[in-house]
This record gives sequence, structure tokens and C-alpha cells, in this order.
Amino acid sequence: MSEGHSTYTPKTGLGRWFDARMPLPRLVYDSFVAYPVPRNLNYAWTFGGILSIMLAAQILTGIVLAMHYAADSTLAFDSVEKIMRDVNSGWLLRYLHSNGASFFFVAVYIHIFRGLYYGSYKAPRELLWILGCIIYLLMMATGFMGYVLPWGQMSFWGATVITGFFSAIPLVGDWIQQLLLGGFAVDNPTLNRFFSLHYLLPFMIAGVVVLHVWALHVVGQSNPTGIEVKSKTDTVAFTPYATIKDAFGMIVFLFVFAYFVFYLPNFLGHPDNYIVADPLKTPAHIVPEWYFLPFYAILRAITFNIGPINSKLGGVLAMFGSIAMLFLVPWLDTSKVRSAVYRPWYKLVFWLFVADAVLLGWLGSQPAEGSYVFMAQMATLVYFAFFLVALPVLGLIETPRRLPNSITEAVLEKNKGGGGGHPAGATAAPETKG
Amino acid sequence: MTPKSGDRFSDEIMLETTTARQRISRGFGMKKILTSLALLGLVLTGTGAATTGAIAQEEAHNEAAPTHFPIHEPKEMDWSFAGPFGTYDKAQLQRGLKVYKEVCAACHSMKLVAFRTLEDLGYSEAQVKALAAEYTINDGPNDAGDMFDRPGIPSDHFPAPFPNEQAAAAANGGAAPPDMSLLAKARGVERGFPRFVFDIFTQYAQGGPDYIHSLLTGYDEEPPAGMEIPEGTSYNPYFIAGVSLKMPNPLSDDQVTYDDGSPQTVDQYSRDVSAFLMWAAEPHLEDRKKTGFRVLVFLSLFGALVYLTKRKVWAGVAH
Repeated sequence: MSEGHSTYTPKTGLGRWFDARMPLPRLVYDSFVAYPVPRNLNYAWTFGGILSIMLAAQILTGIVLAMHYAADSTLAFDSVEKIMRDVNSGWLLRYLHSNGASFFFVAVYIHIFRGLYYGSYKAPRELLWILGCIIYLLMMATGFMGYVLPWGQMSFWGATVITGFFSAIPLVGDWIQQLLLGGFAVDNPTLNRFFSLHYLLPFMIAGVVVLHVWALHVVGQSNPTGIEVKSKTDTVAFTPYATIKDAFGMIVFLFVFAYFVFYLPNFLGHPDNYIVADPLKTPAHIVPEWYFLPFYAILRAITFNIGPINSKLGGVLAMFGSIAMLFLVPWLDTSKVRSAVYRPWYKLVFWLFVADAVLLGWLGSQPAEGSYVFMAQMATLVYFAFFLVALPVLGLIETPRRLPNSITEAVLEKNKGGGGGHPAGATAAPETKG
Repeated sequence: MTPKSGDRFSDEIMLETTTARQRISRGFGMKKILTSLALLGLVLTGTGAATTGAIAQEEAHNEAAPTHFPIHEPKEMDWSFAGPFGTYDKAQLQRGLKVYKEVCAACHSMKLVAFRTLEDLGYSEAQVKALAAEYTINDGPNDAGDMFDRPGIPSDHFPAPFPNEQAAAAANGGAAPPDMSLLAKARGVERGFPRFVFDIFTQYAQGGPDYIHSLLTGYDEEPPAGMEIPEGTSYNPYFIAGVSLKMPNPLSDDQVTYDDGSPQTVDQYSRDVSAFLMWAAEPHLEDRKKTGFRVLVFLSLFGALVYLTKRKVWAGVAH
């Protein structure tokens, strides 16, 4: 969509000089001003922009925090407290950064669920989707390592549990675990390498984000109807249309983010992380950060051996498998129709999947005992059934609703005043807000 | 506080809690939550019978051998620092400091808090200097290579009552009393679903001081008949990690003299020291809430303007 006909014409001599040598202004103009976007994008499409500003904010606050932080197991906890107490606005930087991680994940989950709902991963956007999955994996690694840095009880024991997963891998597991830890247990070498990697990975994320945006600009954005752009009337220019809409979405998101930073800065954290790490005292109940809880529930749901696979390895395989499912989505979904708006059964199954993911998250925060184990096993089954059964089978048996011929037709139909059977009235999803 | 304190991780006091430890809301709330979740489970799995059976099992509990701690949830108090416009009550913080100095400091360190920060409590620079000078600080080495004692200065932190953690543990029956600098943020009883959702809207962030106040006022209660209390520990139904803890009741009425006429009761002492510990853990709370209000007002106005602009830009385009 973007290649070929650039409409950029430099107006000044300096602009022409640059354009002939390194056309960066042209790239920016073509990508963020003239770039055509579907006219029917709803607010769910503002999360890409929101994620970019969250990444930038995390890198900026992180760089300043790193100036005051001491990555040494005897100093780390107190250096964070020094930031909270003595560094000018240190409390603000630190709360922005710790809550920023959570809200980064809030945004990425909405972004991923939007992709699943509207079938944004379908050809020709498979690579775009996979690049997104890679960003998500890098985010998980970054978030996990960042949580270790304050060197509180949950930092330490969370790191112990999560690095313990790797020891379940046959033959090379112990070796991988020792490589991650820099020893046989979580200690100063672990903290040092986690700090180093925690500083490195965000820049790798930024690199993959460039690829993600590049791929996006080649194939163009999907849209709530899932119908490809066919004519000029289907699109509007990125600026001012998408820019102003994205800006409003960002401000609303920042409002919620600020509410937590200033009024509930420790709501998403765990009280035990205000106790300095102590290898001799195991917390009553080790839980990872909230954004890992669904995967933690899946890990602990496998309490039985499957043939030669013991329950520990089984849990680790199930957990990594649950993330790997995302990579396969473009090929698991057999439907020819992209958007859930026109897929009544998929829409229902999608919301069940959302409920299941939330339930798994809650189960992950509870102890693995009693009825919780059984519920986690059922929820895990539902999780995998969504990917391995619902996605392939629904595409073959479901009768989709009538698709409009074009985005323009869908938009005009919707604006006529909402008769039955067409997309806008069909769902409580965000498209009605647009 | 008085000798023989314990902390929540002390093994000896964790009575058979390892397998069934669960810090979530229980009793009535628990049943409702589990029932509603079971219903969801039914929809999702279609195997309701097994689920509800397991839940019935979980509901069975024995008063003399509880498996969930704390036995009672913390009492929710009115704190001056709660809510979007919360501020510390300086007179209360000064009283709380007095309780800390005269009672808690015998066993509990507060090593992250510097004397200079006590100006936040309404003391003048001269008062802080005098207060710091009451303490003896071990400093050094000097030019001759010797450690020496000197009076405290405002940049010093509260000195610890014991030279090291081992000494603190040895003097307190095997468990070192926890440092108090962050105690008000390091303790919190899980709120459980759905309360943790409501907490977002009510801005409930006082779990720490509520817990400390409840624990300090919870020593009066009698253990249920048949409950075994390990020797050297005190029953307290508000304790987060067991039926009893090593710290005996540290407070009694009229133990600390208040010169502002506030009631000299255990309840008042507990409130004051809890508020003081919240300040010690979160000294910039007022600044944070004040800044937050300005940020939210700015974002609301900016958001409204951007929204109106967006409406105007999109006015001619059906979408």
C-alpha cells in the first residue's frame, strides 16, 4: 500500500538537498502523514500507538533509574529505596516504571486480543503477526528480569521458580539453568546478568518494532470488517485522521495509567517485594507478576505424568506450548472470513476464550491445591481447545454472515441507521464507539 | 518492641500451614466466590459435579485448627492519608514516632529512615538536631583506625537495637524482629475477588496500616477451645502467618505519655504507630497524591480538547 507512489514534495531548498541524499523526511511523511488507513478503524486500533509510547516511556524512565540503581545483591534493595526516598522525583520515576511494565502488558493483551477478534493474522499478515509474537516474548523476558532487580522476596523467589522451569528440560536443562543463573542458585551473578539483559532487551524490542511497523506498512492495516482496502474511498490519510484518533486513545490510556501510578502504585505489586530477598525464608505463597499468571496456572495444572514425560516437564511443555500456540494461529484458523463480526460462532468462542484466560489468571494467583487444580486443568483444556479445535474446525463448519462488498459500503450501510443483520449493531465490541 | 518478638516467616510458628496456607478472603465471601466460579467452571467444562464436590470439601473447616490465616480479616480504619486528597496528620505522626521510640525501637530497627526526614512530621531543624543527638552512633574508623561513638546528626539513620541480624534473632527466641522502615507496605492480607476490583475504585491502599493496627489490638482475644498455642508465642487472630506469633502484646494503656491530650489507650497507640509506619514506608505520599490530581486534571482537559478536535476532523467522514 505504501510503496510506489510517494506524494512527498520538499518545499525548501534544504528539504530537496536532504531528499536527494537521504530521504528520511520522505519516509516520515509517507509513513505518518500520507499513509492511507482504513476509514473504519475503531479505538481497538489505537493500541499500536499506545504500545510505542509505553516502550519509549519505559526506556526513558529506565535509563534514569539505572543511573541510581546498584546491581549488586547487597546494595540493590537499598538503592531502590534510596530512589524512592532521596532521589528528586525518584518515587515518580520508579512508580512510573514499575506500573509502566504492567500497563505495557495491559496494552499488549488488548492488542493481541484485537488481532484474534478481527483475524488480523490472516494472509498476508502472518509475518506481521509473528513479529508481534516475538515482541511479546521479548517483553515477557524483559518484564521477568526487571521484576528481579529490586531484590525483594518475590524478586528472588520468582526468579528461583521461573529459572527452575529450565531444569525440567532433558539432558541440557541443568546446564541452561546454570547458565541463566550464573551458578547453582539465584545470587549476585544472576542479578548482574539480569540487569545487563534487562537493559539490552528493550532495545531489541525497539528493533523488532521497526520490523513490525515495516511489515505493517507493506501489507496495510486490517480493519473491523476484515475486507481488504479496494479503492481510495476506503481509506483516509494517516494525518490528521488516525493521528488525532490515536492521540485521544493515548490520553485516555494515560489517564488510567496515571490513576494507578499516583493513587494505587502498589496495587499491582506484591507486599512481599518490600521485604529484602532472603534465600533462607520462602514466602508463604510465591506468585509471579499478574501478567504471567495465566501461564503460571497452566504450568501448575499438569500434575500428572504422561508416559515418559513427568509432571514437571509436562507443565513446562504446556506452558511454553500455550505461548507457541500464538505463533501458529495464522495456520490453525481455516476460516476464509477474517473478522469475528461476520462469524457468529467464532465470536462466541472468542469471548469464552477471553473469559477462560481471565479465569486462568485468577487461578494462577491461587494456591495449587484442592478444587483449584481441577479448575486449572479444565481451563487449560479450554485454552488449548480454542487453538487446536475451535480455530481449525469452526472455519470449516461455520456459515458466516453476508460480507459487504467494500469498507465504504459497510461504513455507509452502518451510517444509514442500523437495520438488522449488519456488523455495527452486532456486537458490543469497541467498533460502535468509533 | 519487648523482647521475644517473632516474624511471619519464623518456622516454629507456622503451624501446619505449609500445605493449606491461603491468604484470601474466606468464610462467607469465600463460599460465594467459589460458587460463582464453580458456575463458570460448569459452563466451561460441563463437569459440575466433580467441581462442586471438591468445593464442599474445602468448605469444611475446624475452628480449633484453622488452615487459613489470618483468622480474622484486618479491621478497616479511617486514615487521614486515604483517598485522592489524603494527607498525613502531623500530630498523629509525632505521637506515632513517640510510640516507636519508646516501645518498638527496643527490638525493631528502622534503618532506611534518616533523622533529617523527620522535618516532614512538623519538627523544626533545631528539634530534629536535638532528637538526632539523643542517639549514639558508632562511627569510624578515625585517623587512628579506631571506631568511636558520637552523638547522632540529622543525616544519620535510626540506629538498630542489635548489632546484627544474628544478635537480633538470638535475643528474640530465634527470629529477628523485622525492620520497620517498609513494614506498612510489606504487609497486606489478600483482599480476594471481587473486593480487589472494588478497591480500584475506592482507592483502598491502606492494607498495611490496617493490618498493623489490627495485629496490635488483637492480643486481647482468647483462642478457641482446643486450639494449641506453641510455648513462647501469643495467640493473635490477626496474624498473617499462623495462629500465634513470638512477639508478645507490646502495648498497654498509659504506657506512653501523650502531651497533646490524646487518649492513652492501646487502640490510639496502635493507630498512631501504624500511621507513623505508613509515613516511614511512603514519605512522599502527599506529594504523590497532589501531583496525581494535577496530572489527572491536565489529562482530562487535554483529552476533552483532543476529543473535540477529533470530532471536528472526522465530522465530514463517515466511519
